[in-house]
Amino acid sequence: MRQTGYKNIGITIYILLLLTPVYWLLNMSFKTNREILGGLTLWPQNFTFDNYAVIFTDPSWYNGYLNSMAYVSINVVITLLVALPAAYAFSRYKFLGDKHLFFWLLSNRMAPPAVFLLPFFQLYSSIGLFDTHIAVALAHCLFNVPLAVWILEGFMKGVPREYDEMAYIDGYSFPKFFIKVFLPMIRSGIGVTAFFAFMFSWVELLLARTLTSVDAQPIGAIMTRTIGASGIDWGVLAAAGVLTIIPGLLVIWFVRNHVAKGFALGRV
Amino acid sequence: MDKIPDNRAWWLVLPVFLLVAFSALVPLMTVVNYSVQDIFGPGQAYYVGTEWFKEVLTDQRLQDSLIRQFAFSGAVLLIQIPLGIGVALMMPKSGIKGSLCLILVAIPLLIPWNVVGTIWQIFARGDIGLFGWAVNQAGIDYNYTGDTVDAWLTVLLMDVWHWTPLVALLCYSGLRAIPEAFYQAAEIDRASKWAVFRYIQLPRLKSVLIIAVLLRFMDSFMIYIEPFVLTGGGPGSSTTFLSQTLTTMAIGQFDLGRAAAFSLIYFLIVLLISWLFFTAITHADKEK
Repeated sequence: MRQTGYKNIGITIYILLLLTPVYWLLNMSFKTNREILGGLTLWPQNFTFDNYAVIFTDPSWYNGYLNSMAYVSINVVITLLVALPAAYAFSRYKFLGDKHLFFWLLSNRMAPPAVFLLPFFQLYSSIGLFDTHIAVALAHCLFNVPLAVWILEGFMKGVPREYDEMAYIDGYSFPKFFIKVFLPMIRSGIGVTAFFAFMFSWVELLLARTLTSVDAQPIGAIMTRTIGASGIDWGVLAAAGVLTIIPGLLVIWFVRNHVAKGFALGRV
Repeated sequence: MDKIPDNRAWWLVLPVFLLVAFSALVPLMTVVNYSVQDIFGPGQAYYVGTEWFKEVLTDQRLQDSLIRQFAFSGAVLLIQIPLGIGVALMMPKSGIKGSLCLILVAIPLLIPWNVVGTIWQIFARGDIGLFGWAVNQAGIDYNYTGDTVDAWLTVLLMDVWHWTPLVALLCYSGLRAIPEAFYQAAEIDRASKWAVFRYIQLPRLKSVLIIAVLLRFMDSFMIYIEPFVLTGGGPGSSTTFLSQTLTTMAIGQFDLGRAAAFSLIYFLIVLLISWLFFTAITHADKEK
Protein backbone atom coordinates (compact mmCIF):
# COMPACT_ATOMS: atom_id res chain seq x y z
CA MET A 1 0.00 0.00 0.00
CA ARG A 2 3.04 2.26 -0.17
CA GLN A 3 1.88 3.16 -3.65
CA THR A 4 -1.32 4.72 -2.30
CA GLY A 5 0.73 6.65 0.24
CA TYR A 6 2.81 8.29 -2.48
CA LYS A 7 -0.32 9.08 -4.46
CA ASN A 8 -1.96 10.72 -1.47
CA ILE A 9 1.09 12.84 -0.82
CA GLY A 10 1.26 13.82 -4.50
CA ILE A 11 -2.36 14.85 -4.78
CA THR A 12 -2.21 16.72 -1.47
CA ILE A 13 0.77 18.74 -2.66
CA TYR A 14 -0.95 19.48 -5.97
CA ILE A 15 -4.14 20.67 -4.29
CA LEU A 16 -2.17 22.80 -1.82
CA LEU A 17 -0.32 24.48 -4.70
CA LEU A 18 -3.63 24.93 -6.51
CA LEU A 19 -5.23 26.61 -3.53
CA THR A 20 -2.34 28.91 -2.59
CA PRO A 21 -3.24 31.69 -5.07
CA VAL A 22 -6.86 31.46 -3.95
CA TYR A 23 -5.77 31.64 -0.31
CA TRP A 24 -3.74 34.74 -1.11
CA LEU A 25 -6.85 36.42 -2.52
CA LEU A 26 -8.89 35.40 0.54
CA ASN A 27 -6.10 36.59 2.83
CA MET A 28 -6.02 39.95 1.11
CA SER A 29 -9.78 40.42 1.24
CA PHE A 30 -9.63 40.52 5.06
CA LYS A 31 -6.81 43.06 5.20
CA THR A 32 -6.88 46.82 5.15
CA ASN A 33 -5.28 48.52 2.17
CA ARG A 34 -2.51 49.81 4.40
CA GLU A 35 -1.58 46.32 5.45
CA ILE A 36 -1.77 44.95 1.89
CA LEU A 37 0.62 47.53 0.52
CA GLY A 38 2.68 47.76 3.67
CA GLY A 39 4.41 44.47 3.16
CA LEU A 40 4.02 40.73 3.11
CA THR A 41 1.90 39.16 5.85
CA LEU A 42 0.89 35.53 5.70
CA TRP A 43 -2.41 36.16 7.45
CA PRO A 44 -4.37 39.34 8.25
CA GLN A 45 -2.88 41.14 11.25
CA ASN A 46 -5.85 43.50 11.59
CA PHE A 47 -8.71 41.26 10.57
CA THR A 48 -11.46 43.32 8.93
CA PHE A 49 -14.77 42.79 7.17
CA ASP A 50 -14.79 46.34 5.80
CA ASN A 51 -14.02 45.29 2.23
CA TYR A 52 -17.03 42.99 2.18
CA ALA A 53 -19.17 45.65 3.83
CA VAL A 54 -18.42 47.99 0.91
CA ILE A 55 -19.78 45.44 -1.54
CA PHE A 56 -22.85 44.41 0.42
CA THR A 57 -24.01 47.95 1.19
CA ASP A 58 -23.51 49.51 -2.24
CA PRO A 59 -26.22 48.59 -4.79
CA SER A 60 -23.94 49.37 -7.72
CA TRP A 61 -21.67 46.62 -6.39
CA TYR A 62 -24.08 43.87 -5.46
CA ASN A 63 -26.23 44.53 -8.53
CA GLY A 64 -23.28 43.29 -10.54
CA TYR A 65 -23.64 39.88 -8.95
CA LEU A 66 -27.40 39.91 -9.52
CA ASN A 67 -26.87 40.89 -13.18
CA SER A 68 -24.35 38.13 -13.73
CA MET A 69 -26.60 35.55 -12.11
CA ALA A 70 -29.59 36.78 -14.13
CA TYR A 71 -27.98 36.35 -17.53
CA VAL A 72 -26.27 33.11 -16.56
CA SER A 73 -29.62 31.62 -15.44
CA ILE A 74 -31.41 32.75 -18.60
CA ASN A 75 -28.58 31.33 -20.67
CA VAL A 76 -28.70 27.93 -18.93
CA VAL A 77 -32.47 27.70 -19.45
CA ILE A 78 -32.35 28.66 -23.14
CA THR A 79 -29.38 26.38 -23.77
CA LEU A 80 -31.11 23.35 -22.28
CA LEU A 81 -34.45 24.05 -23.97
CA VAL A 82 -33.04 24.16 -27.50
CA ALA A 83 -30.20 21.67 -27.06
CA LEU A 84 -32.29 18.79 -25.70
CA PRO A 85 -34.43 18.13 -28.80
CA ALA A 86 -31.49 18.79 -31.12
CA ALA A 87 -29.24 16.36 -29.28
CA TYR A 88 -32.03 13.78 -29.47
CA ALA A 89 -32.25 14.24 -33.23
CA PHE A 90 -28.48 13.87 -33.63
CA SER A 91 -28.36 10.76 -31.44
CA ARG A 92 -31.30 8.97 -33.08
CA TYR A 93 -31.71 10.02 -36.71
CA LYS A 94 -29.76 10.32 -39.88
CA PHE A 95 -30.92 13.36 -41.81
CA LEU A 96 -29.91 15.58 -44.66
CA GLY A 97 -26.69 17.41 -43.75
CA ASP A 98 -26.49 16.10 -40.20
CA LYS A 99 -22.71 15.73 -40.06
CA HIS A 100 -22.09 19.15 -41.61
CA LEU A 101 -24.59 20.75 -39.28
CA PHE A 102 -22.90 19.14 -36.27
CA PHE A 103 -19.47 20.40 -37.26
CA TRP A 104 -20.85 23.82 -38.08
CA LEU A 105 -22.36 23.98 -34.59
CA LEU A 106 -19.05 22.97 -33.04
CA SER A 107 -17.21 25.50 -35.16
CA ASN A 108 -19.05 28.23 -33.29
CA ARG A 109 -17.52 26.95 -30.07
CA MET A 110 -14.20 27.64 -31.80
CA ALA A 111 -14.94 31.17 -32.95
CA PRO A 112 -12.70 33.55 -31.01
CA PRO A 113 -15.06 35.93 -29.16
CA ALA A 114 -12.78 38.80 -30.16
CA VAL A 115 -13.90 38.22 -33.75
CA PHE A 116 -17.54 38.80 -32.87
CA LEU A 117 -17.27 41.71 -30.48
CA LEU A 118 -18.13 44.56 -32.77
CA PRO A 119 -20.75 42.84 -34.93
CA PHE A 120 -22.47 41.61 -31.77
CA PHE A 121 -22.54 45.10 -30.38
CA GLN A 122 -24.11 46.41 -33.57
CA LEU A 123 -26.56 43.53 -33.93
CA TYR A 124 -27.92 43.83 -30.40
CA SER A 125 -27.98 47.60 -30.52
CA SER A 126 -29.96 47.56 -33.76
CA ILE A 127 -32.68 45.30 -32.33
CA GLY A 128 -32.83 47.30 -29.11
CA LEU A 129 -31.46 44.64 -26.80
CA PHE A 130 -28.26 46.41 -25.86
CA ASP A 131 -27.63 46.48 -22.11
CA THR A 132 -30.20 43.81 -21.26
CA HIS A 133 -29.69 40.44 -19.60
CA ILE A 134 -31.27 38.65 -22.51
CA ALA A 135 -28.68 40.03 -24.94
CA VAL A 136 -25.77 38.58 -22.96
CA ALA A 137 -27.68 35.31 -22.47
CA LEU A 138 -28.26 35.03 -26.23
CA ALA A 139 -24.66 35.90 -27.06
CA HIS A 140 -23.38 33.23 -24.68
CA CYS A 141 -25.56 30.69 -26.48
CA LEU A 142 -23.04 30.95 -29.29
CA PHE A 143 -20.54 28.79 -27.41
CA ASN A 144 -22.82 27.08 -24.87
CA VAL A 145 -25.42 25.59 -27.21
CA PRO A 146 -22.91 23.68 -29.39
CA LEU A 147 -21.17 22.30 -26.31
CA ALA A 148 -24.52 21.35 -24.74
CA VAL A 149 -25.61 19.51 -27.90
CA TRP A 150 -22.28 17.71 -27.94
CA ILE A 151 -22.46 16.59 -24.29
CA LEU A 152 -26.15 15.64 -24.38
CA GLU A 153 -25.77 13.69 -27.60
CA GLY A 154 -23.13 11.54 -25.90
CA PHE A 155 -25.46 10.78 -23.00
CA MET A 156 -28.44 10.08 -25.25
CA LYS A 157 -26.47 7.63 -27.35
CA GLY A 158 -26.07 5.60 -24.17
CA VAL A 159 -29.85 5.03 -23.91
CA PRO A 160 -30.88 2.07 -26.10
CA ARG A 161 -33.51 2.84 -28.72
CA GLU A 162 -35.67 -0.04 -27.48
CA TYR A 163 -36.91 2.34 -24.76
CA ASP A 164 -38.26 4.72 -27.41
CA GLU A 165 -39.97 1.92 -29.30
CA MET A 166 -41.48 0.42 -26.16
CA ALA A 167 -42.92 3.79 -25.17
CA TYR A 168 -44.55 4.23 -28.59
CA ILE A 169 -46.08 0.74 -28.39
CA ASP A 170 -47.48 1.69 -25.00
CA GLY A 171 -49.22 4.59 -26.73
CA TYR A 172 -47.03 7.49 -25.64
CA SER A 173 -46.92 10.47 -27.96
CA PHE A 174 -43.49 11.91 -28.72
CA PRO A 175 -43.64 14.91 -26.37
CA LYS A 176 -45.05 12.77 -23.56
CA PHE A 177 -42.37 10.12 -24.08
CA PHE A 178 -39.63 12.71 -24.24
CA ILE A 179 -40.61 14.48 -21.03
CA LYS A 180 -41.91 11.60 -18.92
CA VAL A 181 -39.64 8.74 -19.96
CA PHE A 182 -36.57 9.97 -21.75
CA LEU A 183 -35.49 13.04 -19.77
CA PRO A 184 -35.50 11.26 -16.38
CA MET A 185 -33.18 8.64 -17.86
CA ILE A 186 -30.52 11.20 -18.78
CA ARG A 187 -30.90 13.24 -15.59
CA SER A 188 -27.21 13.26 -14.83
CA GLY A 189 -26.41 14.32 -18.37
CA ILE A 190 -28.72 17.30 -17.97
CA GLY A 191 -27.11 18.16 -14.64
CA VAL A 192 -23.66 18.11 -16.16
CA THR A 193 -24.73 20.14 -19.18
CA ALA A 194 -26.26 22.74 -16.89
CA PHE A 195 -23.03 22.86 -14.92
CA PHE A 196 -20.94 23.41 -18.05
CA ALA A 197 -23.30 26.05 -19.39
CA PHE A 198 -23.20 27.80 -16.01
CA MET A 199 -19.44 27.61 -15.82
CA PHE A 200 -18.62 28.96 -19.26
CA SER A 201 -21.23 31.70 -19.04
CA TRP A 202 -20.16 32.72 -15.52
CA VAL A 203 -16.46 33.05 -16.32
CA GLU A 204 -16.84 34.83 -19.69
CA LEU A 205 -16.35 38.57 -19.59
CA LEU A 206 -15.41 39.87 -23.02
CA LEU A 207 -18.86 39.56 -24.61
CA ALA A 208 -20.73 40.32 -21.40
CA ARG A 209 -18.83 43.55 -20.97
CA THR A 210 -19.24 44.62 -24.59
CA LEU A 211 -22.99 44.10 -24.63
CA THR A 212 -23.80 46.00 -21.44
CA SER A 213 -23.26 49.45 -20.04
CA VAL A 214 -25.23 50.12 -16.85
CA ASP A 215 -28.39 48.11 -16.28
CA ALA A 216 -27.01 44.66 -16.98
CA GLN A 217 -23.35 45.15 -16.21
CA PRO A 218 -21.65 41.95 -14.99
CA ILE A 219 -19.63 41.89 -11.79
CA GLY A 220 -16.42 41.41 -13.73
CA ALA A 221 -16.84 44.76 -15.42
CA ILE A 222 -17.75 46.51 -12.18
CA MET A 223 -14.55 45.22 -10.59
CA THR A 224 -12.52 47.46 -12.86
CA ARG A 225 -14.04 50.41 -10.97
CA THR A 226 -11.75 49.73 -8.02
CA ILE A 227 -9.00 51.30 -10.08
CA GLY A 228 -9.50 54.92 -9.09
CA ALA A 229 -7.53 58.12 -9.02
CA SER A 230 -5.84 57.12 -5.78
CA GLY A 231 -4.65 53.81 -7.21
CA ILE A 232 -6.24 50.40 -6.92
CA ASP A 233 -8.44 49.55 -3.96
CA TRP A 234 -6.87 46.11 -3.53
CA GLY A 235 -8.91 45.07 -0.51
CA VAL A 236 -12.30 45.60 -2.15
CA LEU A 237 -11.03 44.07 -5.39
CA ALA A 238 -9.95 40.94 -3.49
CA ALA A 239 -13.26 40.73 -1.62
CA ALA A 240 -15.18 41.05 -4.89
CA GLY A 241 -13.00 38.33 -6.39
CA VAL A 242 -13.63 35.96 -3.50
CA LEU A 243 -17.38 36.51 -3.85
CA THR A 244 -17.28 35.55 -7.55
CA ILE A 245 -15.98 32.10 -6.64
CA ILE A 246 -18.82 31.22 -4.29
CA PRO A 247 -21.68 30.66 -6.79
CA GLY A 248 -19.48 28.24 -8.72
CA LEU A 249 -18.67 26.31 -5.56
CA LEU A 250 -22.37 25.96 -4.75
CA VAL A 251 -23.18 24.70 -8.23
CA ILE A 252 -20.38 22.14 -8.30
CA TRP A 253 -21.39 20.90 -4.85
CA PHE A 254 -24.86 20.10 -6.14
CA VAL A 255 -23.70 18.27 -9.26
CA ARG A 256 -20.54 16.65 -7.82
CA ASN A 257 -21.79 13.09 -8.32
CA HIS A 258 -22.63 13.69 -11.97
CA VAL A 259 -19.53 15.64 -12.79
CA ALA A 260 -17.04 12.77 -12.92
CA LYS A 261 -19.28 11.07 -15.44
CA GLY A 262 -20.09 14.12 -17.44
CA PHE A 263 -16.62 15.54 -17.78
CA ALA A 264 -15.99 12.73 -20.21
CA LEU A 265 -18.84 14.35 -22.18
CA GLY A 266 -20.69 11.04 -22.06
CA ARG A 267 -18.25 9.51 -24.45
CA VAL A 268 -16.59 6.79 -22.41
CA MET B 1 -26.43 1.96 -32.68
CA ASP B 2 -27.72 2.35 -36.21
CA LYS B 3 -29.51 5.58 -36.83
CA ILE B 4 -32.81 5.77 -38.68
CA PRO B 5 -32.81 7.96 -41.80
CA ASP B 6 -35.56 10.52 -41.26
CA ASN B 7 -35.47 14.09 -42.50
CA ARG B 8 -38.25 15.13 -40.13
CA ALA B 9 -35.54 15.22 -37.45
CA TRP B 10 -34.78 18.67 -38.84
CA TRP B 11 -37.78 19.96 -36.89
CA LEU B 12 -36.00 19.02 -33.66
CA VAL B 13 -32.77 20.70 -34.74
CA LEU B 14 -34.48 23.80 -36.08
CA PRO B 15 -34.50 25.83 -32.82
CA VAL B 16 -30.77 25.30 -32.35
CA PHE B 17 -30.15 26.10 -35.99
CA LEU B 18 -32.11 29.35 -35.85
CA LEU B 19 -30.62 30.46 -32.54
CA VAL B 20 -27.02 29.78 -33.51
CA ALA B 21 -27.53 31.15 -36.99
CA PHE B 22 -28.85 34.38 -35.46
CA SER B 23 -25.83 34.64 -33.16
CA ALA B 24 -23.26 33.45 -35.67
CA LEU B 25 -24.23 34.10 -39.25
CA VAL B 26 -25.38 37.70 -38.97
CA PRO B 27 -22.20 38.83 -37.18
CA LEU B 28 -20.04 36.70 -39.48
CA MET B 29 -21.60 38.31 -42.54
CA THR B 30 -20.99 41.72 -40.96
CA VAL B 31 -17.33 40.82 -40.57
CA VAL B 32 -17.11 39.64 -44.18
CA ASN B 33 -18.76 42.88 -45.27
CA TYR B 34 -16.23 45.00 -43.36
CA SER B 35 -13.30 43.02 -44.62
CA VAL B 36 -13.79 44.12 -48.22
CA GLN B 37 -14.42 47.81 -47.51
CA ASP B 38 -12.55 50.81 -46.32
CA ILE B 39 -14.75 52.64 -43.85
CA PHE B 40 -14.18 56.27 -42.96
CA GLY B 41 -17.49 56.96 -41.27
CA PRO B 42 -21.23 56.38 -41.62
CA GLY B 43 -22.08 56.25 -45.30
CA GLN B 44 -18.48 56.66 -46.34
CA ALA B 45 -17.31 53.21 -47.28
CA TYR B 46 -15.43 52.12 -50.36
CA TYR B 47 -15.11 48.67 -51.80
CA VAL B 48 -11.47 47.61 -51.73
CA GLY B 49 -11.68 43.90 -52.58
CA THR B 50 -8.95 41.73 -51.13
CA GLU B 51 -6.73 44.67 -50.26
CA TRP B 52 -7.05 44.19 -46.49
CA PHE B 53 -6.31 40.50 -46.69
CA LYS B 54 -3.08 41.16 -48.58
CA GLU B 55 -2.09 43.77 -46.07
CA VAL B 56 -2.91 41.60 -43.05
CA LEU B 57 -1.03 38.60 -44.37
CA THR B 58 2.15 40.64 -44.72
CA ASP B 59 1.76 42.62 -41.49
CA GLN B 60 4.82 42.03 -39.33
CA ARG B 61 3.00 42.74 -36.06
CA LEU B 62 0.36 40.13 -36.82
CA GLN B 63 2.88 37.53 -37.87
CA ASP B 64 4.76 38.09 -34.63
CA SER B 65 1.67 37.65 -32.51
CA LEU B 66 0.71 34.57 -34.52
CA ILE B 67 4.08 32.99 -33.80
CA ARG B 68 3.77 33.91 -30.12
CA GLN B 69 0.29 32.39 -30.13
CA PHE B 70 1.48 29.08 -31.58
CA ALA B 71 4.39 28.93 -29.14
CA PHE B 72 2.02 29.60 -26.26
CA SER B 73 -0.63 27.05 -27.32
CA GLY B 74 2.08 24.47 -27.96
CA ALA B 75 3.61 24.99 -24.53
CA VAL B 76 0.16 24.86 -22.92
CA LEU B 77 -0.61 21.49 -24.51
CA LEU B 78 2.84 20.02 -23.79
CA ILE B 79 2.64 20.87 -20.09
CA GLN B 80 -1.03 20.53 -19.29
CA ILE B 81 -1.84 17.22 -20.94
CA PRO B 82 0.88 15.10 -19.20
CA LEU B 83 0.38 16.97 -15.91
CA GLY B 84 -3.38 16.49 -16.10
CA ILE B 85 -2.98 12.75 -16.68
CA GLY B 86 -0.60 12.56 -13.72
CA VAL B 87 -3.00 14.36 -11.40
CA ALA B 88 -5.90 12.18 -12.55
CA LEU B 89 -3.88 9.04 -11.75
CA MET B 90 -3.22 10.32 -8.24
CA MET B 91 -6.78 11.27 -7.37
CA PRO B 92 -8.58 8.91 -4.94
CA LYS B 93 -10.92 6.55 -6.73
CA SER B 94 -14.12 7.04 -4.77
CA GLY B 95 -15.78 8.00 -1.52
CA ILE B 96 -15.87 11.33 0.26
CA LYS B 97 -12.17 11.89 -0.42
CA GLY B 98 -12.82 11.47 -4.13
CA SER B 99 -15.66 14.01 -4.15
CA LEU B 100 -13.65 16.44 -2.08
CA CYS B 101 -10.65 16.20 -4.44
CA LEU B 102 -12.96 16.69 -7.39
CA ILE B 103 -14.39 19.91 -5.97
CA LEU B 104 -11.04 21.32 -4.83
CA VAL B 105 -9.39 20.57 -8.15
CA ALA B 106 -12.27 22.20 -10.03
CA ILE B 107 -12.03 25.51 -8.16
CA PRO B 108 -9.75 27.35 -10.66
CA LEU B 109 -12.20 26.53 -13.47
CA LEU B 110 -15.02 28.36 -11.73
CA ILE B 111 -13.23 31.66 -11.25
CA PRO B 112 -14.14 34.40 -13.75
CA TRP B 113 -11.23 35.00 -16.09
CA ASN B 114 -10.56 38.56 -15.08
CA VAL B 115 -10.40 37.46 -11.44
CA VAL B 116 -7.87 34.80 -12.46
CA GLY B 117 -5.78 37.58 -13.97
CA THR B 118 -6.18 39.70 -10.83
CA ILE B 119 -5.21 36.83 -8.53
CA TRP B 120 -1.97 36.28 -10.41
CA GLN B 121 -1.30 39.95 -10.79
CA ILE B 122 -1.05 40.17 -7.00
CA PHE B 123 0.28 36.70 -6.30
CA ALA B 124 3.28 37.14 -8.59
CA ARG B 125 4.27 40.59 -7.35
CA GLY B 126 7.66 40.72 -5.74
CA ASP B 127 6.66 43.00 -2.86
CA ILE B 128 3.18 41.88 -1.75
CA GLY B 129 2.64 38.57 -3.55
CA LEU B 130 3.57 35.27 -2.01
CA PHE B 131 4.86 33.73 -5.25
CA GLY B 132 6.97 36.65 -6.42
CA TRP B 133 8.29 37.15 -2.91
CA ALA B 134 9.21 33.47 -2.52
CA VAL B 135 10.99 33.35 -5.87
CA ASN B 136 12.96 36.46 -5.03
CA GLN B 137 13.83 35.06 -1.61
CA ALA B 138 15.15 31.95 -3.32
CA GLY B 139 17.75 34.18 -4.91
CA ILE B 140 16.25 34.34 -8.39
CA ASP B 141 15.76 37.79 -9.82
CA TYR B 142 12.13 37.81 -10.84
CA ASN B 143 9.93 40.66 -12.03
CA TYR B 144 7.09 39.84 -14.38
CA THR B 145 6.27 43.43 -15.25
CA GLY B 146 9.76 44.22 -16.44
CA ASP B 147 11.35 41.07 -17.77
CA THR B 148 10.12 39.40 -20.96
CA VAL B 149 11.00 35.84 -19.96
CA ASP B 150 9.48 36.27 -16.51
CA ALA B 151 6.28 37.67 -18.02
CA TRP B 152 6.04 34.72 -20.39
CA LEU B 153 6.62 32.17 -17.67
CA THR B 154 4.07 33.88 -15.41
CA VAL B 155 1.37 33.84 -18.09
CA LEU B 156 2.16 30.21 -18.82
CA LEU B 157 2.17 29.28 -15.14
CA MET B 158 -1.16 31.04 -14.69
CA ASP B 159 -2.67 29.11 -17.58
CA VAL B 160 -1.29 25.82 -16.24
CA TRP B 161 -2.80 26.63 -12.85
CA HIS B 162 -6.10 27.64 -14.42
CA TRP B 163 -6.68 24.88 -16.95
CA THR B 164 -4.76 21.73 -15.92
CA PRO B 165 -7.77 20.90 -13.68
CA LEU B 166 -9.94 20.54 -16.78
CA VAL B 167 -7.57 17.98 -18.29
CA ALA B 168 -7.29 16.23 -14.90
CA LEU B 169 -11.06 15.99 -14.47
CA LEU B 170 -11.57 14.70 -18.02
CA CYS B 171 -8.91 12.03 -17.52
CA TYR B 172 -10.27 11.20 -14.07
CA SER B 173 -13.67 10.38 -15.52
CA GLY B 174 -11.99 8.40 -18.30
CA LEU B 175 -10.09 6.34 -15.74
CA ARG B 176 -13.26 5.72 -13.70
CA ALA B 177 -14.81 4.14 -16.78
CA ILE B 178 -12.20 1.35 -17.00
CA PRO B 179 -13.72 -1.91 -15.69
CA GLU B 180 -12.00 -3.43 -12.64
CA ALA B 181 -11.54 -6.71 -14.58
CA PHE B 182 -8.84 -5.08 -16.72
CA TYR B 183 -6.73 -4.38 -13.65
CA GLN B 184 -7.29 -7.87 -12.26
CA ALA B 185 -6.14 -9.42 -15.52
CA ALA B 186 -3.04 -7.24 -15.43
CA GLU B 187 -2.30 -8.34 -11.87
CA ILE B 188 -2.53 -12.01 -12.84
CA ASP B 189 -0.05 -11.31 -15.65
CA ARG B 190 2.20 -9.55 -13.10
CA ALA B 191 2.21 -6.50 -15.32
CA SER B 192 4.38 -3.62 -14.10
CA LYS B 193 2.86 -0.25 -13.13
CA TRP B 194 4.21 1.20 -16.37
CA ALA B 195 2.73 -1.60 -18.47
CA VAL B 196 -0.68 -1.08 -16.84
CA PHE B 197 -0.49 2.60 -17.71
CA ARG B 198 0.86 2.11 -21.21
CA TYR B 199 -1.32 -0.77 -22.36
CA ILE B 200 -4.52 -0.40 -20.31
CA GLN B 201 -5.03 3.13 -19.06
CA LEU B 202 -3.59 5.20 -21.89
CA PRO B 203 -5.46 3.50 -24.76
CA ARG B 204 -8.70 3.81 -22.77
CA LEU B 205 -8.06 7.51 -22.23
CA LYS B 206 -7.66 8.17 -25.93
CA SER B 207 -11.10 9.58 -26.68
CA VAL B 208 -11.13 11.75 -23.54
CA LEU B 209 -7.66 13.02 -24.33
CA ILE B 210 -8.69 14.10 -27.81
CA ILE B 211 -11.50 16.15 -26.28
CA ALA B 212 -9.06 17.62 -23.76
CA VAL B 213 -6.55 18.53 -26.46
CA LEU B 214 -9.30 20.03 -28.62
CA LEU B 215 -10.78 22.17 -25.84
CA ARG B 216 -7.36 23.27 -24.58
CA PHE B 217 -6.18 24.15 -28.06
CA MET B 218 -9.28 26.20 -28.88
CA ASP B 219 -9.35 28.05 -25.59
CA SER B 220 -5.62 28.74 -25.36
CA PHE B 221 -5.72 30.03 -28.91
CA MET B 222 -8.43 32.50 -27.94
CA ILE B 223 -6.91 33.58 -24.63
CA TYR B 224 -7.49 37.27 -23.97
CA ILE B 225 -8.69 38.41 -20.58
CA GLU B 226 -6.12 36.70 -18.34
CA PRO B 227 -2.89 37.99 -19.94
CA PHE B 228 -4.58 41.34 -20.55
CA VAL B 229 -5.24 41.77 -16.84
CA LEU B 230 -1.92 40.24 -15.75
CA THR B 231 0.60 41.91 -18.04
CA GLY B 232 -1.45 44.08 -20.37
CA GLY B 233 0.42 42.35 -23.20
CA GLY B 234 3.80 43.63 -22.07
CA PRO B 235 6.57 44.20 -21.43
CA GLY B 236 6.68 45.63 -24.95
CA SER B 237 4.41 43.27 -26.85
CA SER B 238 6.00 40.08 -25.58
CA THR B 239 2.77 38.62 -24.18
CA THR B 240 0.36 40.14 -26.69
CA PHE B 241 -1.51 37.21 -28.19
CA LEU B 242 -3.77 37.14 -31.23
CA SER B 243 -7.03 38.09 -29.50
CA GLN B 244 -5.47 41.11 -27.94
CA THR B 245 -3.87 42.32 -31.15
CA LEU B 246 -7.25 41.94 -32.81
CA THR B 247 -9.20 43.72 -30.10
CA THR B 248 -6.75 46.60 -30.03
CA MET B 249 -7.08 46.92 -33.79
CA ALA B 250 -10.89 46.73 -33.90
CA ILE B 251 -11.85 48.74 -30.83
CA GLY B 252 -8.73 50.68 -29.92
CA GLN B 253 -7.77 51.95 -33.35
CA PHE B 254 -11.19 51.36 -34.95
CA ASP B 255 -9.40 49.94 -37.98
CA LEU B 256 -12.44 47.95 -39.06
CA GLY B 257 -11.49 46.64 -42.48
CA ARG B 258 -8.11 45.37 -41.40
CA ALA B 259 -9.50 43.91 -38.16
CA ALA B 260 -12.27 42.13 -40.05
CA ALA B 261 -9.90 40.59 -42.57
CA PHE B 262 -7.68 39.52 -39.70
CA SER B 263 -10.69 38.05 -37.84
CA LEU B 264 -11.57 35.86 -40.79
CA ILE B 265 -8.03 34.54 -41.16
CA TYR B 266 -7.87 33.93 -37.39
CA PHE B 267 -11.15 32.03 -37.46
CA LEU B 268 -10.00 29.96 -40.44
CA ILE B 269 -6.81 28.90 -38.64
CA VAL B 270 -8.74 27.76 -35.57
CA LEU B 271 -11.31 26.05 -37.76
CA LEU B 272 -8.70 24.20 -39.81
CA ILE B 273 -6.80 22.85 -36.83
CA SER B 274 -9.99 21.96 -34.98
CA TRP B 275 -11.27 20.18 -38.06
CA LEU B 276 -8.16 17.99 -38.01
CA PHE B 277 -8.81 17.12 -34.36
CA PHE B 278 -12.50 16.56 -35.03
CA THR B 279 -11.72 14.15 -37.85
CA ALA B 280 -9.43 12.33 -35.45
CA ILE B 281 -12.29 12.04 -32.93
CA THR B 282 -14.80 10.65 -35.39
CA HIS B 283 -12.13 8.32 -36.69
CA ALA B 284 -11.45 7.05 -33.16
CA ASP B 285 -15.19 6.54 -32.64
CA LYS B 286 -15.44 4.45 -35.78
CA GLU B 287 -12.58 2.22 -34.70
CA LYS B 288 -14.37 1.28 -31.50
